[in-house]
Formats: sequence, structure tokens, C-alpha cells
Amino acid sequence: MKKSFVVFVLGGLLMVLLSSIPEMPPMGNVNNPSFNQVSEYYISQAIADTNTPNVIASIITDYRAFDTLGETTVLFTSITAVISVLSGKKMTSIMKREDSNE
Amino acid sequence: MINWNMILDNINYIGAFTLFVIGLYTVLTHSNLLKRVIGVNIMETSIFLFFVSIGYAKGAAAPIIDMANESITYVNPLPSAMILTGIVVAVSITAYALSIIIRIHELYGTIEMDEIFQMDGIEHD
Amino acid sequence: MNDLIVKTVTKLIMPFIQLYGIYVILHGHLSPGGAFAGGAIMGASYILYTLAFGIHEGHKKAPHEITSKIESGGILFFIGLGLVGIVSGGFFLENLSAGFPPGVVGTLLSGGLIPLATFAIGMKVASTIVTLFHRTIEEEMYD
Repeated sequence: MKKSFVVFVLGGLLMVLLSSIPEMPPMGNVNNPSFNQVSEYYISQAIADTNTPNVIASIITDYRAFDTLGETTVLFTSITAVISVLSGKKMTSIMKREDSNE
Repeated sequence: MINWNMILDNINYIGAFTLFVIGLYTVLTHSNLLKRVIGVNIMETSIFLFFVSIGYAKGAAAPIIDMANESITYVNPLPSAMILTGIVVAVSITAYALSIIIRIHELYGTIEMDEIFQMDGIEHD
Repeated sequence: MNDLIVKTVTKLIMPFIQLYGIYVILHGHLSPGGAFAGGAIMGASYILYTLAFGIHEGHKKAPHEITSKIESGGILFFIGLGLVGIVSGGFFLENLSAGFPPGVVGTLLSGGLIPLATFAIGMKVASTIVTLFHRTIEEEMYD
């Protein structure tokens, strides 16, 4: 019962998503709105600004280096979170001690 | 009448939407916590595919500039650079979720959600 | 797991995987790839070693003390590179106008800050992947 309801709702969601495809700009066209002056600037000025042929490397470590700094902070935070969750005493031993105290 | 040319032209969008719905189905219907994390990962992958497809151009080269040939068209480098950030965040979220699942398995001895609800005495269908 | 073929093959191909990872990191500003792809390859080599030889041997190969220092050192080195821009009178994380040597386009030592930052991030990603993997499986170790 529950599963068939979920399939029905998600099928409707898929229909809605697919019906939006004809309204979107055609894929792979160079005149799409995503090819605006920002990407043109990156491609034409990357060598003059950063002396690097790989445009993506110049974006992630020069133009948007703050973004990469935040990204390394996210990695650092995730490793801190994993260590703080996994270290410490095992939960079952803590529960047993509380049971024996009562 | 099915317009096959349109389907072939937009195959990336169709694939991304289908992957998103498959991931959402996995998250909603499975009670195994590991399978739910896998579903979230499938949804993230669909978003990455959609975002990178936006920057794609037909017949264009990867955005590594060739100094000898000026007339090449390149794909849009901005979505690719932003998706790199997204992939790292996805890895971090997956690691954190897996560590919490390890703790839940220590405490309850199972990672099935309906069994955990049963142990806690919560009504859940 | 104690399999002679897996152990021998792992010992044989591990230097080549690490060499490829270092190549991808160092050529991050010239070719496809970069800090994250190269760091993932480097981390995968240590994960392969741990899978073949067990968690105890893997700990000896990549101890927590060293990986945690590489991790903190990578992010501090990246922030220090950004502070060079402020010291030279510009903005945080400024590249060529902050005085980094530009070099010749297309050679290994070019691009100023970009190869240094790629190296720092690559080392950090590699040690992060190794530490996450060891942390999540070492729960089994003390059981």
C-alpha cells in the first residue's frame, strides 16, 4: 500500500520533471544563457591573468580560491566530526554500567 | 509519435531526472540505513550530471587552452569547477553518515529502521 | 585475509599508483586532473595496502600522527600562501600581482601560486581519505 503510493507520487514527479525539458534551452548549444560573459572571460583571459593553460585549475585556485579554502575547511570539519563520533567508549559498555548502578 | 531526435539530444537531462527519482525512491522506501545513504549518493550524482550537462557544448574541447590553435571552442569551465566543490561535500557527508551508522549499530545491534523504532516503542508504518 | 597473490601484486603496483598520483598532482595546472583527483589516487594506494595487509600493517604504513600533521599542515600552508598576498600589499590569495614568479606558460614551474596550492590541497585530500578509511574500520580492530 505504502510502496504503491510512493511509486505513484514519484512517477508524477518524474513526469513533471521530464515535461520541463522542451522548455529548457537546447543542450550543447553555444548560445545558451549559461555561456555568458563570465565563462568567456575565464577562457579568454586565463593565460594572461594566471599563466596557466588549465582553466579549471586557474578557477579553483586563483579566481575562486576562497571557495577552495572553504572546501578544505569542510574536509577538515568532516574528519573532526567522524573522529569525535567514533572515538570514546563503546556505547554498550556505557549502557551496562548505567544499568548496574540503578 | 515519439520524437527520437529530441530524446537523443536531451539524454543527459533525462538521465539526470531519472537518477534523481531512483535515488528519492531508495531513500523513501528502504528501511536499511546503509541503503538510504546510497540513495542520497545517487541523488547527488544526478545533480552533478545535470549541472555539468548545462555547461556542455557540442563538439567542444575540454577547457585546457591550446596555445597553437586559437579557433577551438571550449566547454563552459564554471560548472565543472563548482561541481568539484560539490563532490568534496558529498564525500564528507557520506563519511559522517557512515560513522553515525556505526554508532547506531553498536547501540541497537541493527541498522534496520523499523526494528529500531520497534525497540524504542514508537509506532511507525 | 591472507592471500599471497594479492599481497605480492599490491607490493608490486603500489609505487606505480603513488607515482601516478604525484604526477597528476604536479601537472594539475597543465593537464586534466588536479589536486582532488591526484589526492584521491594517492589515498587509494594506501587503502589498497590496508585491504591487502590488514589494519595493523596499514597503521604502520600511514600512522595517525603523520596523517593528521600532513592534514593540518596542508591547510595551514594554503592559508600562508594567501597571507603572502596581504604582506605584499594586495588581497588575500592574490596570485601574480602579489609577486609569485609567473614562469613560462606550459612548463612545470609556472603559474605562480597555482602549483603550490595544488600540492598542498592534494596532500591534504590524500591524508583525509586515508584517515577517514582507517577511522571507520578500526572499530573492528578492538572487538
